[in-house]
Amino acid sequence: MRTRAEANRQRWAILGVAVAVLVLSLVLLKSAYYQLVLTQVLLWAVLSLAWNILCGYSGYFSFGHAGFWGLGAYTVALGMMYFDLSPWISIPFCALVGAAAGAIIGYPTFRLRGHYFALAMLAYPLATLYVFQWLGYQELTLPMKREAPLLYMQFEDPRGYVVLALGLLVVALLISLKVENSRFGMSLMAIKQNEPAAEAAGINTWRWKMLALMLSGALAAVAGGLYAVILLVVTPETVFGMLVSAQALILALFGGVGSLWGPVIGAVVLVPLAEGLNAELGDVLPGIQGVVYGVAIIAIILLAPEGVYWRVLDRFSKRAPVSTGADLLVLRDIGISFGGLRALDGIDLTLPEGGLYGIIGPNGAGKTTLFNVINGFLDSDSGAITFAGEPITGLRPNQVCRRGVGRTFQVVRAFPRMSVLENVIVGAFIAAPTDAVARDMALAALERVGLVDQAEKIAGGLTTRELRLMELARALVPHPRLMLLDETLAGLGHDDLGGILGVIRQLRAEGITVLIIEHTMHAMVQLVDHFTVLDHGRLIATGRPQDVVRDSRVIEAYLGKKWSDRVAVPAK
Amino acid sequence: MPFSEVDFLQALAAGILVGSAYALMCIGLGIIFGSMNVINFAQGDFLMLGMYAAFYLTAGYGVLAFLGPYAGPIAAAFLAGPVVFALGWVLHRFIVSRVTGAGAAQTVGAGAYGQIIVTLGISLILQNGGLILFGSTPVGVRTPLSRQSWEIGDILLNQARVVSFLVAVTLAAGMYLFLSHTRLGKGLRAAADNPQAAIYMGIEVDRAHRLAWSIGVGITAIAGGLVATFQTFQPYVGFDFVIVMYAGVVLGGLGSNFGAFWGGLLIGIVQQMSTLVLPYQLQNTAIFVVFLLIIFLRPQGIFGRLSERA
Repeated sequence: MRTRAEANRQRWAILGVAVAVLVLSLVLLKSAYYQLVLTQVLLWAVLSLAWNILCGYSGYFSFGHAGFWGLGAYTVALGMMYFDLSPWISIPFCALVGAAAGAIIGYPTFRLRGHYFALAMLAYPLATLYVFQWLGYQELTLPMKREAPLLYMQFEDPRGYVVLALGLLVVALLISLKVENSRFGMSLMAIKQNEPAAEAAGINTWRWKMLALMLSGALAAVAGGLYAVILLVVTPETVFGMLVSAQALILALFGGVGSLWGPVIGAVVLVPLAEGLNAELGDVLPGIQGVVYGVAIIAIILLAPEGVYWRVLDRFSKRAPVSTGADLLVLRDIGISFGGLRALDGIDLTLPEGGLYGIIGPNGAGKTTLFNVINGFLDSDSGAITFAGEPITGLRPNQVCRRGVGRTFQVVRAFPRMSVLENVIVGAFIAAPTDAVARDMALAALERVGLVDQAEKIAGGLTTRELRLMELARALVPHPRLMLLDETLAGLGHDDLGGILGVIRQLRAEGITVLIIEHTMHAMVQLVDHFTVLDHGRLIATGRPQDVVRDSRVIEAYLGKKWSDRVAVPAK
Repeated sequence: MPFSEVDFLQALAAGILVGSAYALMCIGLGIIFGSMNVINFAQGDFLMLGMYAAFYLTAGYGVLAFLGPYAGPIAAAFLAGPVVFALGWVLHRFIVSRVTGAGAAQTVGAGAYGQIIVTLGISLILQNGGLILFGSTPVGVRTPLSRQSWEIGDILLNQARVVSFLVAVTLAAGMYLFLSHTRLGKGLRAAADNPQAAIYMGIEVDRAHRLAWSIGVGITAIAGGLVATFQTFQPYVGFDFVIVMYAGVVLGGLGSNFGAFWGGLLIGIVQQMSTLVLPYQLQNTAIFVVFLLIIFLRPQGIFGRLSERA
């Protein structure tokens, strides 16, 4: 959720862009053709925003938004033909039609999830398409109203449509903004991340999903209604067809799903491109539009699956997909040698704040050395380390710790004669002005890792799991921003593992950036967002865990050449 | 009753004959869904490619023209399989594999839908690329069989459909044997169960998926080649069949190859029988309705395992 000030800024941005587009188009855009293209850009942007309200925020993907669009178009066309209804009346009425359709569709369909939901949504507009064909509405032409063109939204100057479509887009953007910044949007996003959890947290998921679909349907139908007025001809294929549904989601995905401006960006880039190519090459290459959309969507999924908007945003703010903030830890060209052994060699590593990162590597790969360099136990021979924007190269361990880097050790460094609580209080001194505060902080940390029951136990009698948790608590006390976990999972049985993994995930959820090293892949694959593989002091692979485990170099490092040939998937 | 007994039997017979071709294409889709858990929007367009492959192999300078008007189209339908198989292989290698299988984490923006969206993109490209290459004029694979019928009592059986039925059933049986009795087929099914675990065990899941995908589109293309002998088509024909296929596969039970066959057959029967009570144009709407009913009432299908709807 944005802050109020930010939302206000967004609102002004929307109005500012709208005014700018309005002025530019009214003054500069002389050709009626360009004005028509601009109108289409605006209308498709509205459809895509409508799609985004349901699908971008809630994660329920609709492959059938053509249904709403088509219903809107036919409402206007039929209203005008049979009831002499002006679009000024019928277009607002489309909102009701779209919302009603959304309610009717949503009621049964939200019982479905995933693939089934997608397939069902696909079926609605296509089934409707055949019905409209059968009803004989193959090609409806809106009657010309020469006696009262303005009353029937038939402007002589196409700029009239630009104004209308722009107005509609502004409304759609403001609605989206309102949704994003309210309980409504938050609930949808909670549904997207974990629906059962949202439900368990007291969110009425059913209600919000229904509302989202109805709002989405209403907006899409209104846009479809205006589309009918502008194109004057309505056929089932052009308004209920697959290309309409596809366009709605392609524009949003291209621009950036779940963002306010993503669908607009998608429409601004792709609609003129497809339209232009169609106008230039449509005679020789019919269907070029569809090819453009097909290529665009494949390219975006393969190259920038988060969409242009987020990708550009990342560029400027260096926001990695998994993280929330700027880069927390940056290592540049770190190298260190012990005698003739090059323990670390040219390590470059960047951790954006807020994620869960893993470093794996066989024994002797240099993992612990790397940690020792980061937290100041060792001075590197070369390279620089930046933490939270400040250089920490060469600082002493306690100075590094004070700046917010906590760490645990491969071999737990417990004070075996002291109680668990005392062990943790030691860690608290660094941050606490008085002992009483330190004690409170230590208890709070034990609470966080679920070890508060064992607080009075002597550390020497703890199980491996409890020791690890105690060490985690100790590192947590000074409220670090970055936690370095050194083989925290090693030597744990299956049952114990689950508990520790839960605590680590919890830390991440609380906003702490976690960097964990392990020499076994198994648990790490499930745990981390991002994986880096270290071998012989060098980084040999980095990426999403599922990709990294299949990297042939990684398999080679772990299993030897013979296996990498057999097991590895051909390099992509 | 608004229709006679003969009409009923006629529609039933037509349903079984047409349904067998549907059954074959459903097997193709079922292999893909069953082993990769991927919704392939482009399946109908691979079917369309199969139709055009068969068309170009027979019509005009078609290399199979020497086989004559009877054997030629059938041989062409068979050959459409390898042609589309090869195309499917390439597409999987360079595009599909990057968003499916164990290697694909959830695509960031699109969530779990990255794979569906990629196949949607492929579908748009094939459809519209087909329009550019093949033109929009409907064509058909001409065989004298399509205009001849055998009479059994009062029922007319279109010869092209009967031949297609025989071929489809034979091929379906072959596929069944392949999947259940060969090492390769068993491997495909094994890789389907738990790709992540399979990777750790050294099974080449990606390659298994590629094979499943290519076989799936190839089989569907052969079905397309068969349908092409009794129905005209244009580049957009795929979409009519996507829902036919999904209805069949879902009806049979997702992930059950055997079920996909019966599901497809049933959908063919529903489609043809619907013309008894519904206007001709609504026969596909009838399929949609059946499809939605299955999804809502029995998402695990007739033969499918009960699994969560996700």
